[in-house]
Amino acid sequence: MTESDGYVLLALFLVPLGSALLLMLTPSRERTAIIGLTALASLAMFVLSVYAFVRYSFVGEQFQGVLTFGWMQNVGLLGEHGLQLKVGVDGIAVSMVLLTGIVILAGTWVSWKVTDRTKDFFILLYVLVAGVYGTFVMLDLFFWFFLYELAVLPMYLLIAVWGSTRKEYGAMKLMMMLVAGSILIFTAIFAMFVELGTGSFDMTEYFAASFDPTFQKIFFPMVAVGCGTLGGLFPFHPWSPDGHAAAPTAVSMLHAGVLMKLGAFGVIRLGFQMMPEGGAFWAPALILLGITAALYGAISALRQTDLKLLTGFSSVSHMGYVFLGLGTLNVIGWNGAVLQMFAHGVMTALFFLLIGGMYDQSHDREIPNFSGMARQMPVWAIFFVIAGLASLGLPGLSGFVAELHIFIGAFRAYPVVGGLAVLTAAITATYLLRMFSSVFFGEFSTRWSALKEITWPERAGATVLAGSIVVLGLWPSPWIDRIAPTIIHTIPGVTL
Amino acid sequence: MRDILGHSLNFQYELLLPEIIIAITATLVVGADAFRNELRLGRRILPWLSVIGLVAALVVSLLWIDTQRNFARLITIDNYTTFFRVLFTATAIVVIVGSHEYVERHIGHIGEFYALILLSTVGAIYMAAARDLLTAYVAIEVLSFSLYVAVSLARNDPRSGEAALKYTLLGGVASAMLLYGLSLLYGVAGSTQYTEISGALAAGTGGMTLPLILGLVLIVAGLGFKASAVPFHMYTPDAYEGAPLPITAYISATSKAAVLALFLRWFSGPLLPALPDWQWMVALIAVLTMGLGNLVALQQRNIKRLLAYSSIGQVGYMLMAITTVSVVSASALLLHIGGYLVTNLAVFMAVIAFYNRTGTEEISGFRGLAQTNPYLALVITAGMFSLGGMPLLAGFLTKFILFTAAADGGFLWLATFAVIMSTVSLYYYLQVIKQMYLYQPDGDARRWRLSPTGYLTTAVLLAGTVVLGVYATPLYTLADRATRVLFV
Repeated sequence: MTESDGYVLLALFLVPLGSALLLMLTPSRERTAIIGLTALASLAMFVLSVYAFVRYSFVGEQFQGVLTFGWMQNVGLLGEHGLQLKVGVDGIAVSMVLLTGIVILAGTWVSWKVTDRTKDFFILLYVLVAGVYGTFVMLDLFFWFFLYELAVLPMYLLIAVWGSTRKEYGAMKLMMMLVAGSILIFTAIFAMFVELGTGSFDMTEYFAASFDPTFQKIFFPMVAVGCGTLGGLFPFHPWSPDGHAAAPTAVSMLHAGVLMKLGAFGVIRLGFQMMPEGGAFWAPALILLGITAALYGAISALRQTDLKLLTGFSSVSHMGYVFLGLGTLNVIGWNGAVLQMFAHGVMTALFFLLIGGMYDQSHDREIPNFSGMARQMPVWAIFFVIAGLASLGLPGLSGFVAELHIFIGAFRAYPVVGGLAVLTAAITATYLLRMFSSVFFGEFSTRWSALKEITWPERAGATVLAGSIVVLGLWPSPWIDRIAPTIIHTIPGVTL
Repeated sequence: MRDILGHSLNFQYELLLPEIIIAITATLVVGADAFRNELRLGRRILPWLSVIGLVAALVVSLLWIDTQRNFARLITIDNYTTFFRVLFTATAIVVIVGSHEYVERHIGHIGEFYALILLSTVGAIYMAAARDLLTAYVAIEVLSFSLYVAVSLARNDPRSGEAALKYTLLGGVASAMLLYGLSLLYGVAGSTQYTEISGALAAGTGGMTLPLILGLVLIVAGLGFKASAVPFHMYTPDAYEGAPLPITAYISATSKAAVLALFLRWFSGPLLPALPDWQWMVALIAVLTMGLGNLVALQQRNIKRLLAYSSIGQVGYMLMAITTVSVVSASALLLHIGGYLVTNLAVFMAVIAFYNRTGTEEISGFRGLAQTNPYLALVITAGMFSLGGMPLLAGFLTKFILFTAAADGGFLWLATFAVIMSTVSLYYYLQVIKQMYLYQPDGDARRWRLSPTGYLTTAVLLAGTVVLGVYATPLYTLADRATRVLFV
């Protein structure tokens, strides 16, 4: 990736912001224009994301496409570098960029079904995406946090206006829990800024700073819990199932698919990359919380009857793997964690897309109310099975690659935990297969004979997502080639 | 000419030109109102006249950028003064332009309304510009007395008179405390001049610690009253609720900012040597103000009371910058004041436009505004999110800088507390946003439009909120230049 590719990274969050602005100026009755604009914008984002991923070269500097624009320097508390608009990606970030591109492409397509205030929906959705992209590519601490919060800002209205099932409660709970998590990040940023003492928000200075070990031990948990709240870290996850159940389809997809990864990404960027010794000190706690979340999420999912709640708890469980992988502090576990972020993102987005496609017609998500659906909606069922098999870790699909890495890493660090992680995978298989047998097979209830197959935009979106699941499952090396060197070179505490 | 102590005094009246222009305009406005029938003037002449005077004053005040002069050792004309001259005249312009419709319908004495706004602006400017305790005190009273009367101007609203009475009585008590504190300070330092007080305090108070602390307590309490800091805030919600909306907007903007400007001038200059004696007091008041203001705001049903408590919370954040007084925190404070003024006025101007149409102040009255007037709902949403400190809007950036400055000054715990309270505040701001977007309008569901001036003011303020939220560099640079003169 050359410096000029930095403009691609810049475009990644300027395209959605610009589209949101254009949408504001479009009259809301011009539905065709809105759909055309969003089609173009989502395609542009997807192409830019793929371009960035492909152009990232796995030899040379870890941070590539670095581009710096002065913003505020030498004024007040800001020093020479002060506050800059600085973009750049490493192997982890560029994988997340690709994930975002895939999910927003599918997310935009399925959202064309939204008929109530379509324009406003897309404006908020694209502001959210701009925040997500920005967080992944930003190398300035101020703008990083700025965009991190920007991704949370539209959530309240997106869920409360367009959502379903206890939407006001879910929206408020999600919003307040996430901003409460931000309190800790705020505090950690203030503390690091003061400790650094150069009046700069340039992240590379923070990576090189090597703060005092005691300082790191105090402030690493703040970052881990603050960002972990968004990442669904147990026990700070309760917003997740309720929020996901209440959110409209595309928002669930983006939220579970990408936004939760933002939390894990924050733990890596602000936590492990800036305070490695703190990370090493607290890694066992991360493992404990990760494995607890994995088990707890899976066991809770066993009890759920609402499809979205089941997927919500399954997300908690799978994000538990991510934190478990990070806690292992070895390259293979970390590889698995980042792969899992990608794999879970694509897979859970597919889940929510399919649930939404069905719920929009049936207005029912209770598992016991369905049976024999494979006969009525075969395409839907096939995609669902792909997502489910990826989720339970079938070889050849994305989940297997990620989970295998995490399990090996966990066995190397703490064999007991590795064993528990495998047990979790078994529980996952139980609740998914049970749900499959209940929903897809058995006696078909005529109550649902009016249900139609999912629409063409939904099929297209599902194809993109399912395609990514298969590609990552069969050919993971493009990802690993980018992720592994970054882990080895930029995460000081991680060993082979 | 020399004063009694032999200091040479210069009476360069041109230094006071902006305020002279404003004061003359105020007189003209009252005169024009009195003889309106004889002179056959339209009603609109009064706001026009006021705005022309204010614009002239604003332009003239730009003459003294980067100069450092004083008028008879009473008034300093430096960047700090210029910053607040521009800020206060601009605020007055916005309030007048955005509220002339409201004034025609709901205000009894139109001429007095504009004249009082103009006069209080003069008081506010001199609060920032004074370099002598007595001048500062007189400036406070000019501002306060104008506002006491202005609060009572609402026609046909019994709450207005009650609010004015409460405001006047409690304001009088506060003034008395402040004056007593100042006299004690004079007793300790032997002068009313800022420069000499700081010299005297730096040289040591010679066993006069108790009078000094007592004086500081009274000064902080008096100023706390004027800034409506907890526990001296009791009158604020009633005054806000009873006052006509434009006056509420004006109090929450100019009056607050002026007290903070004075606070900063005193505590970074004459009182800086006594830092260890007052730092804990201000920190304590900042904590109480942030905490109580934001927590009580959670229960409000009336938009004016909600904004009253929210503005109390905001004062708490600002007092944090006084606690950690330094070049860094001072410039952050001015940046935050600028952002707060723009945001708060955006909200108030939108609420005024809303009130003109619906006549309701209840938060539940905002139901379905997103359908009946999506533009206004957007302005209020942006304003509320900005006050709650969400990004892309002024609130996030200015708070971020302000809180970082507090942490930088060694008060990380205070900054953390402020972030917590800022998060709490988001909850009640969301309650308003919820009404607008989640519910169907009660009754009349037709779309409606704002008046041209309503569009103008809200659009300018909304744009300002967004620009400051993304690129605040110009304002921050100006704030930095304005506060450097305080620490020499």
